[in-house]
Amino acid sequence: MTEIVRMSATQLVEEMAQGNLSSVEITEAHLDRIDSVDGEIHAYLHVDRDGALATAAEADAARNTGADLPPLAGVPVALKDVMAMRGVPTTVGSRILDGWLPPYDATVVTQLRSNLMPILGKTNMDEFAMGSSTEYSAYGPTRNPWDTTRIPGGSGGGSAAALAAFEAPLAIGTDTGGSIRQPAAVTGTVGVKPTYGGVSRYGLVALASSLDQAGPCARTVRDAAMLHRAIAGYDPMDSTSIDAPVPDFVAAVREGDVRGMRIGLVTELSGDGYQAGVQQRFTEAVELLAGLGAEIVEVSCPNFTHALGAYYLILPSEASSNLAKFDGMRYGLRVSDGDEGVEQVMARTRAAGFGDEVKRRIMLGTYALSSGYYDAYYGQAQKVRTLVQRDFDAAFADCHVLISPTCPTTAFPLGEKVDDPLAMYLNDIATIPVNLAGNAALSMPVGLAPEDGLPVGLQIMAPHHQDARLYSVAGVLEGALEDRWGRPLIEEVGA
Amino acid sequence: MTAMVTVDDALTRYEPVIGLEVHVELGTVSKMFCGCPTTFGGEPNTQVCPVCLGLPGSLPVVNRAAIESTIRMGLALNCDIAEWCRFARKNYFYPDMPKDYQISQYDEPLCTDGYLDVTVPLADGGSEVVRVGIERVHMEEDTGKLTHTGGATGRIHGADYSLVDYNRAGIPLVEIVTKPVTGTGGLAPAVARAYVAALRDIMRSLGVSDVRMEEGSLRCDANVSLAPPGQPWGTRTETKNVNSLRSVERAVTFEIRRQAGVLDAGGHIVQETRHFHEDDGTTTPGRSKEEAEDYRYFPEPDLLPVAPDPAWVDELRTTLPELPAARRARLQEQWGISDFDMDSLINAGAVELVEATVAAGADQGAARKWWMGELSRAAKDRGVELAELGVTPADVARIADLVGQGTLNDKLARLVFEGVAAGEGSPDEVVAARGLELVSDDTALLAALDDAIAANEDAVAKIRDGKVQAAGAIIGAVMKATRGQADAARVRELLLERLGE
Repeated sequence: MTEIVRMSATQLVEEMAQGNLSSVEITEAHLDRIDSVDGEIHAYLHVDRDGALATAAEADAARNTGADLPPLAGVPVALKDVMAMRGVPTTVGSRILDGWLPPYDATVVTQLRSNLMPILGKTNMDEFAMGSSTEYSAYGPTRNPWDTTRIPGGSGGGSAAALAAFEAPLAIGTDTGGSIRQPAAVTGTVGVKPTYGGVSRYGLVALASSLDQAGPCARTVRDAAMLHRAIAGYDPMDSTSIDAPVPDFVAAVREGDVRGMRIGLVTELSGDGYQAGVQQRFTEAVELLAGLGAEIVEVSCPNFTHALGAYYLILPSEASSNLAKFDGMRYGLRVSDGDEGVEQVMARTRAAGFGDEVKRRIMLGTYALSSGYYDAYYGQAQKVRTLVQRDFDAAFADCHVLISPTCPTTAFPLGEKVDDPLAMYLNDIATIPVNLAGNAALSMPVGLAPEDGLPVGLQIMAPHHQDARLYSVAGVLEGALEDRWGRPLIEEVGA
Repeated sequence: MTAMVTVDDALTRYEPVIGLEVHVELGTVSKMFCGCPTTFGGEPNTQVCPVCLGLPGSLPVVNRAAIESTIRMGLALNCDIAEWCRFARKNYFYPDMPKDYQISQYDEPLCTDGYLDVTVPLADGGSEVVRVGIERVHMEEDTGKLTHTGGATGRIHGADYSLVDYNRAGIPLVEIVTKPVTGTGGLAPAVARAYVAALRDIMRSLGVSDVRMEEGSLRCDANVSLAPPGQPWGTRTETKNVNSLRSVERAVTFEIRRQAGVLDAGGHIVQETRHFHEDDGTTTPGRSKEEAEDYRYFPEPDLLPVAPDPAWVDELRTTLPELPAARRARLQEQWGISDFDMDSLINAGAVELVEATVAAGADQGAARKWWMGELSRAAKDRGVELAELGVTPADVARIADLVGQGTLNDKLARLVFEGVAAGEGSPDEVVAARGLELVSDDTALLAALDDAIAANEDAVAKIRDGKVQAAGAIIGAVMKATRGQADAARVRELLLERLGE
């Protein structure tokens, strides 16, 4: 039998259904794995051993009564530290929330609990989800299991690395500009950014409210679909959540078919600036899709070239406001010499509690929103956002889905871009348009780049509310790729 | 400090422009963006949740009842109701704001461009109707309440420590902003007062707020500027948190006098916010607008736009209750009273009380007589509002009824009012306890009358000579003997019968 931690969630569900494994055994196996490898990988900021085992025992007990269980009951999951979880440290990767124990659960956490899924712990991330390498975490970087001298992507590098290092079969991420998809791409895993509003944001510590979206991370497309279904749905606590039934994403994987489907290659999201091996594996995957019966067309989305600029005005603007509440008055860090006025305490707390990248974006956003500059920056960026949405609308009028490489390069070395914010920002060039438009996208592995042996991700983009199309296409492509490789790509991982 | 001038003097040289921003706490059951209760007076920080505490990750959800109340207010103020509008964030750091931004509305308010016709009492007892333009009515959330301990100023700077109660944070507020009110001259302070009173009455009629000014559920900021007639408007000041009708009038009056003094001396008015002092009616500088913060407004991304269904707005429009102005016109016609009498009732704040007294069975003339006479005097003596006297419309109706039946005369009725106001019970209980019933029992009266006749031979002789007015002396003696409780009309009849025998 395959080692427990190397099983997919689908396999774990099957083993539990057969009575071969209990949730407690599965959860313990993952906790042991964390103990043995996380010293090197540093995917987790906090491991909730007792909480996870308690839920596992509950799932096993429920199973023993013969009750009808949710599909993923008993399958452990890792949670990005951006989600509030009652009584469990929630730092969002920042010193400023050191010691904060939320008194409430995020809706996603409530859903995981009601699905009887043990939550293994909180995964590492760039501070306040600002970054593409997890190096901006205040608690030290996470390492890429494929090559521990390299970054695991960001901001959700912890969740992606936990999957690639077999420290969790499933994980929750959040994606504001690519924070689920880019880490998935550079760790050879699957990550999905649902349509904006598809998964509740209640309890997700906001970076940029109009861009943030929680979603599933997994090692297989089918696993991602199962987790997506478990966490999706309308939440009356989130005004921006979609009030519509959740499609059957698992059926979309099972019944996936690309024959007759028009798939658009976005001209602006490839070519110059994309690593040769990335481009090569991407092109091979496109040929594979064509061979499977899809019609491949080129589409141009000219305004995508302005997306990065617009994004780096809208995101910092919203972030500058969302992060104002971290002022030392109510929770988390407070820095004071005990004899200062309230403004000084707020200023000192924020100076000490936030890292450089967070401060950089707060300053950018404060400037962009300030009187006299609003129209030129925030206002203009919103217009570009509308143009990006129109490009998508036009492209989707012609195509069922769009595809591109998920990011221009494979995992870059730790430290390479940490002092070069613009180079870091450029890594998200292909993932950002989707966040601006609010539609859905998925990243999946399509091979290893010949020049460095590191995973390459392919991004599939679908129209609003058509997340199921992502799973149809990804499921078919994953099957064809595994047939070609003879086994899942993730089994190549060294760590 | 420049010398103060009188208002009349100031108005010979300057024309005031005023503007009022009124914040009203809505009387919804739950807060603006969460389900916490809005009741006043709870233990600090017991009516809070992750949302109104702004905890990381929490999100607001709009209270539909607050939207409905705001639309109804907009309709009552003759405003246009936006078909689509958004909330905005107003960003500034202050510890009474859990998120360090306030969810408000900025350039897209829910209600715009209305007016309110205000009846302003004049010194001669009459009144004048002034139309006050309404710029906007918008929604926002209240902040928490800070209590500063230690230090001399009572403000956050210099305090030893400050405590914050977030029970109030997130309570729905509406802000009603007038257009600049011009051309009212010396009436400006009275217009300001009458406008706030009219707003209060409308909100009570709509039932959207109980408007308890003493609990801070209505707060007013008064903008005042002066300019010589025909000149462009002057620089304005904004006097914050003027929280009673009388204070609104006083604050505007003070600013007119102060600004006139500054301008007379060749100075210029600083654009600033000012604090009003209840004790001496003065204002002092607060934060200067020159160092004012940039609020960095932007559309609130956590909330969907508000797009009230036009059919719903129409339904709200057609189901508005009768508003105070219309009700007053209707009552004046029903009662058949003059403009002057109606103005007197309005100025005394007695319309609703008289209406309720009539509803309780009294004749309108009797109801007006008691409220405007005896009860107004008593209220004035005690320095309270009529409604705070402790005498209800039902009490007045009952006493009027007892007078009508002849059980009480006016003099006894006054004693009954006194007893009711003193908390001695209902009118009937006071009559019984104090033994105030008129004596009309002939046996008792005849005994007193015979005594009076015997003691007043002169008067008796005059009456017999046809000088009937001399009866007063004998009736007076009977009243004295019965400590005022004799039915004077019956005494007269009995006297004439006796002497006619």
